[in-house]
Amino acid sequence: MQYILMLYANESGWSKLAPAEQKRAAAAYEAYTEALKKAGAFKGGSRLQPVAAATTVRIVNGKSQVLDGPYAESKEQLGGYYLIDVPDLDAAMSWAARCPAASHGIVEVRPLFVAPG
Amino acid sequence: MSGRDVDTRARATADAVARRSYGKLVAFLAARTRDVAAAEDALSEAFASALTDWPENGCPLNPEAWLLTVARRKAIDIARRRRSGEAAAAQRQLLAEEFVAAAEGEAIPDQRLALMFACGHPALETGIRAPLMLQVVLGLDAKTIASAFLTSPATMGKRLVRAKSKIRQAGIPFRVPEREELPGRLDTVLDAIYAAFTESWTDPGGTDVVRRDLAEETIYLATLLADLLPAEPEALGLLALMLHAEARRRARRNAEGEYVPLAEQDPALWNSQLIDAAEALLRRASALGRIGRYQLEGALQSAHVYRRRTGLANWPEVVQLYDALLALSGSPVVAINRALAIRELHGAAAALEAMQELVPDMRLNDYQPYWAARAELLATTGAIGAAHHAYEVAIGLERDVAVRRFLQRRQSMLTPD
Repeated sequence: MQYILMLYANESGWSKLAPAEQKRAAAAYEAYTEALKKAGAFKGGSRLQPVAAATTVRIVNGKSQVLDGPYAESKEQLGGYYLIDVPDLDAAMSWAARCPAASHGIVEVRPLFVAPG
Repeated sequence: MSGRDVDTRARATADAVARRSYGKLVAFLAARTRDVAAAEDALSEAFASALTDWPENGCPLNPEAWLLTVARRKAIDIARRRRSGEAAAAQRQLLAEEFVAAAEGEAIPDQRLALMFACGHPALETGIRAPLMLQVVLGLDAKTIASAFLTSPATMGKRLVRAKSKIRQAGIPFRVPEREELPGRLDTVLDAIYAAFTESWTDPGGTDVVRRDLAEETIYLATLLADLLPAEPEALGLLALMLHAEARRRARRNAEGEYVPLAEQDPALWNSQLIDAAEALLRRASALGRIGRYQLEGALQSAHVYRRRTGLANWPEVVQLYDALLALSGSPVVAINRALAIRELHGAAAALEAMQELVPDMRLNDYQPYWAARAELLATTGAIGAAHHAYEVAIGLERDVAVRRFLQRRQSMLTPD
């Protein structure tokens, strides 16, 4: 089954880190990505630019409405995602627990929708 | 035999198989597809067929296999009705493979343990795990479960449906967890069963049939779990704890239906068979050498029973067990009971002091046993006014009428000196 791991964390936490700590944190993500690849579970994933770079778009009464900023303001922001392919939720959960974001933020695990037929 | 007798026999056989094998058949049908709802639908159609077929053609030699064959055919029909194309074909293939394995004389593999772990999965809402087990493993209907858990059948039905969809959509596996994750995952299953069992205690007099049945059914679940995991001491400990509590059910009410605390119960009313079974389980558990919450709670029950039966005070052991339990759980509830045991050793003042450490814990403000214990202790030390107030709060928080009356009686016995 395919699952998306959505990584939520407080963005401001990153800028507060000393350069050496930032480097160590980035290395942890690299190692995690590598481990996912080695296990044959990695399907894709990326870190995202901060929410300051986000734009929301919707159509209201036929006119597109564009707003600066993310869809939902919250203490934690979506900062990246992984797309993985594993046998079941237990496997997805154990990958989520290993993700560095689980230690300094939250990882949401969602199965991909599979169209019937 | 008259037609009526045949009917009765067919129904009795179907009932017996349902009781014994429902969970086994659901587990087998749903293990690969993870579609519990479809497995249950197929099985209930199979039971309906049995009730028309068996009176006519006689009960089959292997009713389980008969039901499985029919249920599997129904499952394919259901899959065909619900889906089309590749997904349905894949599902039919899976069902067919398993069917062949079952039909070739093999005994139906018992996957109920895997089913219990799926129902008690941490990804499911905490409160629905026990109801789900009762329905999926034992075959209880939503209406019965709802009344046992004091909710409406419609609400319970919706929550059960949602949980089953989550199992299927989120890919919750039907699998006994690996050794390293087993203890944690087993805890959530044990907690779910115990929560359902304590729910049944709102009517310890056993006057409410639904609630008495809930106690019986949860004991059945705990027994099944202990049978399937004979080397897991906490599974044995939970069953021991539940059997101890069940053994004293009758003694907790007097002839007038009033609540009788443990210290005043008549041990002759206790069920010795259940107590012996609980003791044997605790011995087996302790031989496995891994202590845990449920074994300690079972051991405490055992210590109370021993004291009341022999008249030998064993309070130091009791306090020790509470210390161990408190270290393990950090639960304020345990701390309250520990304080009450300390009273027996060092008096009410010492007990109040032990309990005083808990006061900042806001969770206790609406916890009845805290106020009841506090009232008892204050009364003993002669702080009548404070005791009166504590009883007042305890009475206001109690939902069991008999216990409420018991507390009111205690309160009225307070005499200012």
